[in-house]
Amino acid sequence: MESIFFIVVAAVAVISSLLVITCKNPINSALSLVMTFFCLATFYVMLDAPFLAVTQVIVYAGAIMVLIIFVIMLLNIRTETAKRSSHAVFAGSALGIFVLFQTCLFLMRGGMTGAPGPLDHAAIVKAGHVELIGKALFTDFLLPFEITSILLLAAIVGAVILAKKKI
Amino acid sequence: MDTLILGLPVAYYIAMVAKVLVAFVFVLLTVAYATYAERKIIGHMQVRLGPMRTGWHGLLQPIADGVKLFFKEEIVPSQASKFAFLLAPLVALVPAFISFAVIPFGDTVTIAGYKVPLQIAAYYDQAGAEVFDMNVGVLYILAMASLGVYGIVLAGWSSNSKYSLLGGLRSAAQMVSYELAAGLSIIAVFMLSESLSLHRIVAAQADGAWYAFKQPLAFVIFFICSLAEINRTPFDLPEAETELVSGFCTEYSSMKYAMFFMAEYANMVTVCAVTVTLFLGGWHGPSILPGWCWFVAKVYFLIFCCMWIRATYPRYRYDQLMRLGWKVFLPLSLLNIVATALWVMFISK
Repeated sequence: MESIFFIVVAAVAVISSLLVITCKNPINSALSLVMTFFCLATFYVMLDAPFLAVTQVIVYAGAIMVLIIFVIMLLNIRTETAKRSSHAVFAGSALGIFVLFQTCLFLMRGGMTGAPGPLDHAAIVKAGHVELIGKALFTDFLLPFEITSILLLAAIVGAVILAKKKI
Repeated sequence: MDTLILGLPVAYYIAMVAKVLVAFVFVLLTVAYATYAERKIIGHMQVRLGPMRTGWHGLLQPIADGVKLFFKEEIVPSQASKFAFLLAPLVALVPAFISFAVIPFGDTVTIAGYKVPLQIAAYYDQAGAEVFDMNVGVLYILAMASLGVYGIVLAGWSSNSKYSLLGGLRSAAQMVSYELAAGLSIIAVFMLSESLSLHRIVAAQADGAWYAFKQPLAFVIFFICSLAEINRTPFDLPEAETELVSGFCTEYSSMKYAMFFMAEYANMVTVCAVTVTLFLGGWHGPSILPGWCWFVAKVYFLIFCCMWIRATYPRYRYDQLMRLGWKVFLPLSLLNIVATALWVMFISK
């Protein structure tokens, strides 16, 4: 039952991510990307990571993609028929092949599959997924967490300075 | 009866489907009659009668409206982007309804020897000892709310008309800004309840200590921001009739228009249900009535308040709206988080 569900969602994910790069209309591409994010969120739920799933939807589908669509609408880009840069095609396919190669390598070695971590399903259900993440974030990973927030703050200040002539 | 599917008896799945059907039909009916109630209530507040012709005191008005909209001509503008134009009403409607999956709308009931919690996305273990529900329930609701933006933005963009586009843009900016303040204001509730699961948040208010009393500021900010997020008056700028004809749904007709309307009212019902769950004790109340009655009563009271607000306040100007969101509600909810954190750290423990 779960594997059937996985195959269906995976098929939708693959089709929608193909649509992202084949759609002529930038808005339709963006929508397909939202669909892809949604499928990824579904995978996270199936992997017992509901918090990650919800964050995926809130941050990527709900915030970032809305901003992207907003910009597309404001710039009013019509169906893009201009020549695509051939560098991008080359670099993209090279990167894609590289990632595919790496994934295959990991899968063949078995290093990424079937290796149980310290947390199993029972532990997650008992302590709560969010609680575990919160505890880890504010104890073991406090420094990276704070550095990331400073980075984001710098980005916000930078955006304000770039956008506003007079402050 | 004891066949197991994925480790749960068949009765659990039957109960699940029954809950989905009951909740869905109930919300649909509420949505239909909320349109009637709104016209009636605002009518009486403005010393008019409201709908009177169809049925006794216009009680059949929603059915008449539905039939009328159903038989209207379906128009797709020739320059519209077809796919997005057809998709938009669905995208607006679906998130409004599926948010209901995590809201606990009543006490536990016992069916065929199994305990069943009245919450769609929750079940008891077989011993009936502990509830498993989505322990990120509140975040799920926020996620679905953030998906609702797409419906309106797409409708605005795909119609290929300037009024629609402006309505869509306004709504995108408005929803994104108010989502932030609404999300931050409920963090104070999590700090007190120590859980993100709606089931446990309701359980934490069982003794009558509603979070509306403990967190009045968060309650007010959340409710107002939610009104802004679902584009209710006084924040209905995306469809401001006086400036934008009808905003994002100008080009829509027939059932597609009706779907936007349903989405708006379904959003209102959802927002009221979430507010009741987070701040007004959920389904808890004096035991003279079963839990779900209290839940429905509280939700209907809040819906009435929404209509009351609509009849009372004029629409905000766009810059006022943005200033209110970013410069008033956002700092206030941050302040509330700090104050609650200090209280939890030093006073309550």
